[in-house]
Order: sequence, then C-alpha cells, then structure tokens
Amino acid sequence: MATFKDFRNNVKPNWCPGCGDFSVQAAIQRACANVGLEPEQVAIISGIGCSGRISGYINAYGFHGIHGRALPIAQGVKLANRELTVIAAGGDGDGFAIGMAHTVHAIRRNLDITYIVMDNQIYGLTKGQTSPRSGFGFKTKSTPHGSIESPLSPLEIAMAAGATFVAQSFSSDLKQLTSLIEEGIKHKGFALINVFSPCVTFNKVNTYDWFKENIVNLDQFPDYDPTNRVAAMNKIMETGGLLTGLIYRDTTRKPYEELIPGFREEGLARQDVRLSREAFEELVAEFY
Amino acid sequence: MISQLSWKIGGQQGEGVESTDRIFSTALNRLGYYLYGYRHFSSRIKGGHTNNKLRISTTPKRAISDDLDILVAFDQETIDLNARELRKGGVIVADAKFDPKVPEGVDARLFAVPITAIAEELGTSLMKNMVASGASWALLGLPLDVFNKAVEEEFGRKGPAIVEKNIEAVRRGAAYILEQAGGPLEEFRLEPADGKKKLFIIGNEAIGLGAIAAGCRLMSAYPITPASEIMEYMIKKLPKFGGTVVQTEDEIAAVTMAIGANYAGVRAMTASAGPGLSLMMEAIGLAGMTETPLVIVDTQRGGPSTGLPTKQEQSDLNALVYGTHGEIPKVVIAPATIEDCFYDMIEAFNIAEEYQVPVIVMTDLQLSLGKQSCEPLDYDRVEIRRGKLVSNLPPLEENKLFKRYAFTEDGISPRVLPGEKGGLHHVTGVEHDEEGRPNENAVNRRRMMDKRLSKLKGLRIREAIRVDAPHEVPDLLIIGMGSTGGTIDEARERLAADGITSNHITIRQIAPFPAEELKPHIQSAKTVIVIEHNATAQLANQIKLHVGGADKIRSVLKYDGTPFLPAEVYKACKEMK
Ligand SMILES: Cc1ncc(C[n+]2csc(CCOP(=O)(O)OP(=O)(O)O)c2C)c(N)n1
Ligand code: SF4
Ligand SMILES: [Mg+2]
Repeated sequence: MATFKDFRNNVKPNWCPGCGDFSVQAAIQRACANVGLEPEQVAIISGIGCSGRISGYINAYGFHGIHGRALPIAQGVKLANRELTVIAAGGDGDGFAIGMAHTVHAIRRNLDITYIVMDNQIYGLTKGQTSPRSGFGFKTKSTPHGSIESPLSPLEIAMAAGATFVAQSFSSDLKQLTSLIEEGIKHKGFALINVFSPCVTFNKVNTYDWFKENIVNLDQFPDYDPTNRVAAMNKIMETGGLLTGLIYRDTTRKPYEELIPGFREEGLARQDVRLSREAFEELVAEFY
Repeated sequence: MISQLSWKIGGQQGEGVESTDRIFSTALNRLGYYLYGYRHFSSRIKGGHTNNKLRISTTPKRAISDDLDILVAFDQETIDLNARELRKGGVIVADAKFDPKVPEGVDARLFAVPITAIAEELGTSLMKNMVASGASWALLGLPLDVFNKAVEEEFGRKGPAIVEKNIEAVRRGAAYILEQAGGPLEEFRLEPADGKKKLFIIGNEAIGLGAIAAGCRLMSAYPITPASEIMEYMIKKLPKFGGTVVQTEDEIAAVTMAIGANYAGVRAMTASAGPGLSLMMEAIGLAGMTETPLVIVDTQRGGPSTGLPTKQEQSDLNALVYGTHGEIPKVVIAPATIEDCFYDMIEAFNIAEEYQVPVIVMTDLQLSLGKQSCEPLDYDRVEIRRGKLVSNLPPLEENKLFKRYAFTEDGISPRVLPGEKGGLHHVTGVEHDEEGRPNENAVNRRRMMDKRLSKLKGLRIREAIRVDAPHEVPDLLIIGMGSTGGTIDEARERLAADGITSNHITIRQIAPFPAEELKPHIQSAKTVIVIEHNATAQLANQIKLHVGGADKIRSVLKYDGTPFLPAEVYKACKEMK
C-alpha cells in the first residue's frame, strides 16, 4: 500500500518560503495515502497561478491546464474514466474570477470530484493584484486606492448552487486539512474545500496571525450538524465566512455519474467502443 | 416526363412548414428519388416567414435550383416573397383561407385549396401539413400508397385513429386538387427513380453518426445555430453505447471538458459555430501544446460577431487556420458532401489520436442543415486507429516519469492514459521537457517546438483535394470547398454547353494545406476561379500563399447569407473566362 511518501516527487516547488500552498501539497499527499490510493489512480488537474503549480509537485497523474479551466478539464477526466480519483486545484482568482462560471456549474453538476481552492485573497503569480476574495478597501497593485468591490463569499455561493460538500480549512492546520481532503475524496459527489493559504509575499493583511485570530473552528463545536443546510448557511453568515471545518454535507444526492442514463461503472476509456455491424445498421436505418 | 423538379413550401415559422416538407420528402425518398433540401429560416421561433425548398431528381443533384416549379403557400407573404422564383407556367398551391392572389407579372397557375378548412373539418388545423403535402403529391401523380405508408410511420406511435385521420387529410387534399386540375399535371410527371435505397439526412446527423462509429462516447457542447443538431443527435444515441452528452455552461467549458476526456482516454468532441470557436481558441492551444487529441466541429454561419446566425457563409477559415496564440500543429478538414460528413469524422478522430493534435472539421450551414440524399454508408470503411497509445508498462525508475513527450523521429511520442501503472507523467501548457515537467531551457524549447510542429509533415487525408479534371488544359479551373461543389458542377454543365471547358477541384484539407497536390493543377491552368462564401477570399488567399498563381486566380465571392445558385456561378465564370 502506498504511503504519503509515494505521492512525493523530486521536484522542488518554486513557491516562496512560507507560502501556504506547501501545506496543501502535503495534505493532499497524506490524504491520498490515508484513503488507500495508489499514485496512478489519482489525477490532479490544476489551474494557472502559484497554486496551479501543485499538480507538478505530487507524484500522481497531473494536468496543469489553462487559467480558470481546471474544473471542466477535471470533469472531462472523470467522465472519461470514473474509476480515477480526480482532484482539481487552483487559486482564488482561478476558481472565483476567471473560472467562476465553471465553479458554480461544476457544483450544480455534482460529479465525484474534490476541488481544493488555495485562497490567499490575492493574485500571487501575477505579483499582487486584487482578487474577488480581497477585502473591501484592500490595497493592491491594481487597487492602489483600495478595493471598491465587495469580496465574494464562495461558501454561500456554493451552498446556493446546491453543493453537496462544503468545507473550509487553513494551511496551518495540517491535521484538519488532511482529514477534510480525505472526507472530500470519500464523498460521492462534488466536494469544495476552500483553504486559507496565505501569500506571504503579496498579502500583508490576511496573514497566518490574522487568520489565527479571526477564524472559528467548527471542530470545537461537537453539536454542529453539517447535514443541516439552514444551520450551515447561518454559520457561514454569522462568522462572515471565517470558519473552518466541515460546513455542509449531503449524502442523499447521487453524483452525476450515477444519474447518466446507460452510464456504466467501468470507466468509458476502458470500454471497447467499436460498433458492431448490427448496431451500425440500426443507426443508419432510421434515415432510409 | 421530366427528370427533376423543384418544390417549395412556405409560411410563418411554427406553422407546419417543416413537417409538411418532412412527410413529403420522406415519401419521395422511399421512391428512390435524389433529394436536396434548403431551409430558409430566421432566429425567431414563432412567426416570421420561413420556407423549405426541395430539389427532386432522378440523378444526384447537390445544389439548389435557380428556379421553382411548385410553390405551396400557407400565406400571401409566401407568395409575394417567392412567386418570382417560379418558372414560367409554374404552379402555386395556396390555402384558400387567405384568398390568395398571384402577383402582377408572375405567370403561374394558382390552385386555391381550402387547406385550413379541410384540416379543421377533420378536427384540427394542425393537419394543414397533411392536406398540403397530399395535394402536392397528387399533382405529381405519384402513388398514394407510398405516401400513406410514410404517414403511417410518422404517426404510428400515436395509434391507428390518428393515422387514419391524417391519411384522410391527405386523401381530401389530393382529391380536391385533382378535381380542380382535372388530374395530375402532365408537365410535372417525373420519370421513375432508380429505386435504390438512399439515406435522407442532414450533415449534422451524418457528423453525429460518424462520430459514434468512430468511437466517440462523450460530447460536451453549448447550443448554437447551426451546430445544435449534432449534440441533439448524440444525446439521443449515446446512452445506448454507454456514452453521454454534457451541455456545458459555455464553449470554453465544452472544449476543455473534451480535452480532459481525451487526455483520460475516451474519444470526445465538441461542436459549435463561429462565436463558440472564438471562445475556444485558448484551449485549442492547450490541446496543441499538451499534444492531447481533440476533435471540434465548426458549422460555419454568417459572421462576424452574431452576424447572420441562420445563414450560409464560409468565413471562419482564417480563424480556424490561424486561431490561438503561439504556434501549434493543427488540422482543418472540410467535408464537401454529405458522405464526407460521415467519413471525415472517423478520419478526424483517427488523426487526432495518431498525431496527438486538435482536428477541426469545418462545415457550413448549408452542408450542416440541408437535408439531402446520401449514398449508403459503408461499415467496412469504419476503422479506429489510436496511434502510439501504450499500456502494460514496466515500473518507473526512482524519481523518473514516463517520457510522454519523448523526442522521436516523427515527432510523435508514446501516449499513456491515467490509471496506468508505470505511466506517471506530467502534462502542462507551460513549455516542458520529455517527462512533461516545466522547462524553460532554450535548447529544450527549440527542440520541443520543432518536435510538435514537425508532426504533421506529410499528413494527408483521403482526397485532400478532390479532382474532377476531364480536360488536360481546360479553359477554366474552378476551385471551391464545402457545400458549393454541386452548384459548381451544374454551372460547369452550362459552361460546357457554351463550349467552355472546365475542371473542378474541391479543397478538402484546409490545414496543413495540400500545396504539392494542387500545384500542378494551378500551374497548368489558364484561369483559376475560386468560389467561396466570404468577402475577403480566404480560400483563394491560402492558394496564393501556398501555391502561388496570383496572376491567374480570380475570386467569385458571395456573403449575402444565401447559398450560391448554379446560374450565379455560371454567369460569373462565363464573364471571367
Ligand atoms: C487567460 C489568462 N488571463 C490571465 C492570465 C494571467 N494570470 C495567471 S495566474 C493569474 C491569477 C493568479 O491568481 P490566483 O488564481 O488567485 O492564484 P495564485 O497565484 O494566487 O495562487 C493571472 C491573472 C493567464 N494566465 N491567462
Ligand atoms: S507569491 Fe504568494 S502565493 Fe505565490 S508562491 Fe509566493 S507566497 Fe505563495
Ligand atoms: Mg490567489
């Protein structure tokens, strides 16, 4: 059986020392091993950004696509071979700006994919512009007078879009993050895990210390019921979205793959797709 | 007796024009006539004039006729807009309800049939289509039992009572007109057809059929005219074969989903028209850079922007050939017949996997939507070739990845699918090394660029150019692409009657351009005329760029939204000779 070391490769990440994304990388590696996966069973599809590089730093099948499109690529992979464990990953700009439409629709569609967003409330790779997650008044290179747009709340959007698994975590809490990714992988359906993953270089406001001071950890509320949709929504609003843990999980809804008429359990990519002469003649007959 | 005839039905959109045409033409297909249809429609769903024109012939005809023999009109607007197309002595069959009038200066016989009244008497005005098609059929003196059988098939599912009612509507329409006309019109009596079985199908369905035969099991697409019929056909059929169609949130999702699916090993496609293709451009580059197979169908319509969404054009060529930033190998194929639509899809999927490149199948609205006779499709020509796909690999050495982008003689590297032990590798749109890891080294960059761009060297589809060259040195060499071939051939017949000789070449492989094949023909030609549906001579420019001959190449361009008519091509060619 594979251990987390089997999910390591010899590529040295080009992230800044202290970047939150290192923990996300470690958490994915641990979670994959903990749920009993082998590297070749995992496909990690990532977007473009500092965070998007993550697929190259994990020993598994990795696809580093284009900015904002990790999710549709990941859904294509899952549809082509549902036997694979598909993890999509990227930044807050990738998933909530250029790729926002895909995020909402992937949530609605509910394919069995785990989507990890490394949310640093800034554009890291392009060296420090505002992101849709940046706070009101936040000064960046592209908002020197402070952002005059309100930050969007991915958790509320996910809930509104009909998410069946919504979680949030923090890079400093490797244990919780790992366990949430495990739960996300095991969840039959689309799992959104938003991770506060500080950018130590360009975001001097939302720092490790800032998060430590401001976040509420649901793990400390044993009575919290993540199957209660209304309670989940309330909790997100109460905390202004600054909460971590498993926020919502609906195990009653079937994933997309199970709802497709005639869709077989064996991965499409592994099936014999040659048409028999009879099947072909039957298709043609309708046009005579 | 005549060998061919043109029939048109017109009315308000949503009024039964489509269904009248469908039943009438299905019955003609049963008799074995060659059919070629043209739909004039707009972006409105209900209301607005619409008409379907049908060419009926005892020999293959792949063009709309210049004129018209019979016009069936549900309203006066149809007569006012179309009567001038009628040849002298043509016939109008109109609903008596609106008190039809033949416009001044039009020499046509009018039969006012109480189409709506008969239908209403039988219970519903919805049966107008049956009355109208029955009357048309009777005028031609064709066997009624064949027609009734088509009606039975159309309505069989709804039970015998409904079938009976519709057959009665046909009978009443037929009886009424035969009495008025004193029997079938002799001048419209068609020679018997060859009776051979032919498919009657639109290009988009032939494309869907070809894709399924090629093993395509996933389609992701966003609806758009005139491509939607492809996804609609696929979703009807794919579940039976274990596949599916995803209607995505936009064309960017559609194309990237298809890329993901191809990467993971299933043959997947998307289809769209100009606006969607514009959105896909960045992703097409990703497929090129990551050497992921991809098949896209572009059903061209009038551009730019929203342009003429329901009209004919061939103006995406430049965008398809040159589109996406940077430089990638890309294949663009242009089916020119309904049969090509089927076989080219199989070829497209094979090329995409063998060369690991994006392949665009470029049709035009008339080819995609015009319903026409199609020769029986040959199962034995369906072949699936997956190229350098490997499996059952030895374990990887410590810290080594599978060389997915290995440098090879032909530039094409072995490909492995996720899930395969011993095949782990990285894929990225960033420049990369043989294992797929990002790499900006200048030497590696050059080699990788050269590797990718060399892959298509020598790639030729079957009939990259289709040559019909009966003359060694003709007066004219006429070149076209897409749906215009049949029109060009009819124009050539008329030129021949005037003593003007011509050869005809259809360009089927647009990129990489088949320059060597075309060159001798251009060199030996006196005058070359390139026929295309755009304003800037995009095909002619490709020929000038790759082959030369600018001094003898002339262009005939049409971009008003309507397909070329044989007379237009004939006249233009004659003037240019
Ligand atoms: C179509 C396109 N537009 C813009 C870019 C430039 N770009 C690359 S990453 C990025 C944003 C990165 O921010 P985020 O997604 O939050 O990732 P991070 O670097 O913060 O991890 C941008 C704008 C691009 N690669 N592609
Ligand atoms: S710029 Fe920010 S997000 Fe990017 S690697 Fe550095 S710390 Fe991480
Ligand atoms: Mg970011």
